[in-house]
Amino acid sequence: MSQATLRIQKISAHSGTVPGEDTQRQYQVCKLVDTTTCIGCKACEVACVEWNDMPFSPTAFGNTYQTMPETRWNYWNLILFNEHEREDGTLQWLMRKHQCMHCAEPGCLEACPADGAIVQYTNGIVDFQQANCIGCGYCITGCPFNIPKFNNVTKRMYKCSLCADRVSEGLEPACIKSCPTGCLHFGSKDDMTELAGIRAKQLRDHYGYDKAGVYDPPGVGGTGVIYVLHDATQPELYGGLPSNPSIPLAVKFWKHPLKWLGNIAMVGGLIGLFVHYLKFGPKAREEADLAPKGGA
Amino acid sequence: MDASRRDFLKVATVGGTAAALFGFDLKPAYAELRRLKIARASETRSTCPYCSVSCGVIIYTLGDGAKNVTKQVVHVEGDPDHPINRGTLCPKGASLQQDILNERRLLKPQVRRPGGTDWEDISWEQAIGEIAQKVKKTRDDTFIETDAAGNKVNRCESIAFTGGCTDTNEFNYLVVKAMRALGVVHIENQARV
Repeated sequence: MSQATLRIQKISAHSGTVPGEDTQRQYQVCKLVDTTTCIGCKACEVACVEWNDMPFSPTAFGNTYQTMPETRWNYWNLILFNEHEREDGTLQWLMRKHQCMHCAEPGCLEACPADGAIVQYTNGIVDFQQANCIGCGYCITGCPFNIPKFNNVTKRMYKCSLCADRVSEGLEPACIKSCPTGCLHFGSKDDMTELAGIRAKQLRDHYGYDKAGVYDPPGVGGTGVIYVLHDATQPELYGGLPSNPSIPLAVKFWKHPLKWLGNIAMVGGLIGLFVHYLKFGPKAREEADLAPKGGA
Repeated sequence: MDASRRDFLKVATVGGTAAALFGFDLKPAYAELRRLKIARASETRSTCPYCSVSCGVIIYTLGDGAKNVTKQVVHVEGDPDHPINRGTLCPKGASLQQDILNERRLLKPQVRRPGGTDWEDISWEQAIGEIAQKVKKTRDDTFIETDAAGNKVNRCESIAFTGGCTDTNEFNYLVVKAMRALGVVHIENQARV
């Protein structure tokens, strides 16, 4: 089965061995989204819903052509239609394919307290294992991109799996395959980074986008989805893409120092109790307790 | 001191807790991956019916075709070997599976009467009968045998035919034959693919 080709590198809240960690290096897969050639046709949205067999839910219109305001538990991939006014007063449509970024250091996995509910494969895909999910929603706190979504019926969290079922069998994700303008690309992280750099340079040199660049934030260790932006200095314009995302400090503190301090305090207390017992023995009984009970 | 059973249990509990807390978990790491749903599907090449671009698609069908098996379409996606679209599809084409599997497909004729606000179900017999009567009456009333210059034209300009995009070539062939026989000149379908 597919587990032969996708090995696990990181597991949420897991203290045992992890089979893929430092033993197997697979090439890192990566999606490249060239926002400058996206026409907002939404083929990727439809392909995603169709491939993953997700149930239909009514769309919700705002004041743009966007399908709905936010991704949903059953709608993992959304084109954000951002209307940006340039300095000269003309309108620029900045479209961005919004989905899980598959961070190299995933905040969701870091924050997750359920053993094995979130895993990272050796090829970089971050996947939710709904069978192990306890529905606590800590991953929402850990994610700097607001991706994990809660299903109120199953009480589990859901998000884009980068079509791990397809990728493990050598196919590209469904969204990538459908894209008719070729604004989506899929391949190894190295190849995609190179391609993104070439495209950004092309935009700077020939198309007048002086600030064009690649979005691959180092705050989360780089991402498995990288963007080519018209204006890489202001990623916020693209539907609130954080310019320097990182795992929230509270999550880091909670999962590292506080966890170990708590463990030491708890185990120390137990050892203290035991030592106290060895030294002083059981609690001496009162005289009243020693008296024979009636009717026994 | 004597190690009684009670002492042993206490030591075991404390030691076990400490071991579990500091990372001795014998449970194997395990992840369940959704299996590729088209791994055993048969592939059928076809053409997207929606517009005249005529993108190539692959229809994935489950069921090995054995005598007692009814095959089931599970997925439709672009054909990477097709020169027109090379695997890509537009949003409408990407939803092609729902052209086949859709509980909202119309499976019987419906009519909306003049001035009516709702569609009502009618039988095939009634639909064909009513259409035939209306076609006959309209054609008899408005048939043009000669134009203003006296040329013989034999046409029926007051009837038009519109076909849907998912009509088959065979259906469109028959439509054109039938409509031309009536003298209808306003014929539109999507037989460009």
